[in-house]
Amino acid sequence: MVETFNSSAPIYLQLVERINRQILRGELKPGDKLPSVRDMGIQSGVNPNTVSRTYRELEGMKIVETRRGQGTFVTENHEILQNMREQLKQEEISHFVASMKAMGYSGHEIMNGLKTFLTHAEGSESE
Amino acid sequence: MIKLEHVTKRYLKATALKTIHVTLETGKIYGLIGSNGSGKSTTLKLIAGLIQPTKGSIEVDGIRVDRRIAAKVSYLSELDEYYGFYNVRQTIDFFASQFSDFNREKAETIRDYMKLDPESKVKHLSKGNRGRLKMVLTLAREVPVILMDEPLSGLDPMVRDSIVKGLISFIDLEHQVILITTHEIKEVETLLDEVIVIKNGEIAGQCNVDDLRYEQNMTIVEWMTKIYE
Repeated sequence: MVETFNSSAPIYLQLVERINRQILRGELKPGDKLPSVRDMGIQSGVNPNTVSRTYRELEGMKIVETRRGQGTFVTENHEILQNMREQLKQEEISHFVASMKAMGYSGHEIMNGLKTFLTHAEGSESE
Repeated sequence: MIKLEHVTKRYLKATALKTIHVTLETGKIYGLIGSNGSGKSTTLKLIAGLIQPTKGSIEVDGIRVDRRIAAKVSYLSELDEYYGFYNVRQTIDFFASQFSDFNREKAETIRDYMKLDPESKVKHLSKGNRGRLKMVLTLAREVPVILMDEPLSGLDPMVRDSIVKGLISFIDLEHQVILITTHEIKEVETLLDEVIVIKNGEIAGQCNVDDLRYEQNMTIVEWMTKIYE
């Protein structure tokens, strides 16, 4: 099935985020070739022009490099990937904290809740 | 490129289109949306040269449109207009005999992609498979303009999915412009570059889909709803 995109953000940015996550999870490794614009379009059910825009955006972020006549590749510059990893972490945390605060939780409560949650989650993972 | 200037279309006393101006560029996929009877099909038929404007001019690749524009335009009608006694292969053969730009090899590739049995009789095809056959016949032509009137209408989600993906796979955006009318807006939202809203025979808006999301934080459905309010 065509993958679903949420309605709140531009499709090309959602695709950027998706590729970044694939890199973080190691599904795409440094130096890996991304699918061609058309193949990526078919896989995700997205207009090839939108995929081009996604690749241009990733290029601007230096996360991918386009080699003429060869395709688009994930950068092998680990510093950039490390920065991206850090940045996504910060974004995710600030979203989480903002919505917790909006519900009236204090920083202290958030910290404790998170600690307890992680202890349980890691406990059940190691079982 | 398609250019409509000052185009008005009247059917007897009823006005279907009122002085519309639209320019469509090669390399893009356009969606034409609007309520029933807003003038979508009329616009497509005008570009395909099937009907004549009452006023104004229509050009495709710089050529003024008349019935002979069929050589440059592949038009998918919302109706089923195929011979029921032909099977799928004979229908493809018939189209190949009618259009010199028909790429039989490409038709075969698309037919295979759409999993259509070449021996099936057209009159025995399910509605979904008739929809797939229409895609084969429309996309196998190597023409600068592809017009599709309601390609997804009345089809189940699996067929709609195969049609959307088939479209991305087999169009040639370097040389073609695609114009689709549809009510299944969510289904085609990721497919479109630009969307044109038509209301009571007038163009009520035209914009890039991702710009709409980026600048106004709106989906096409929300935008269209706002225009129709």
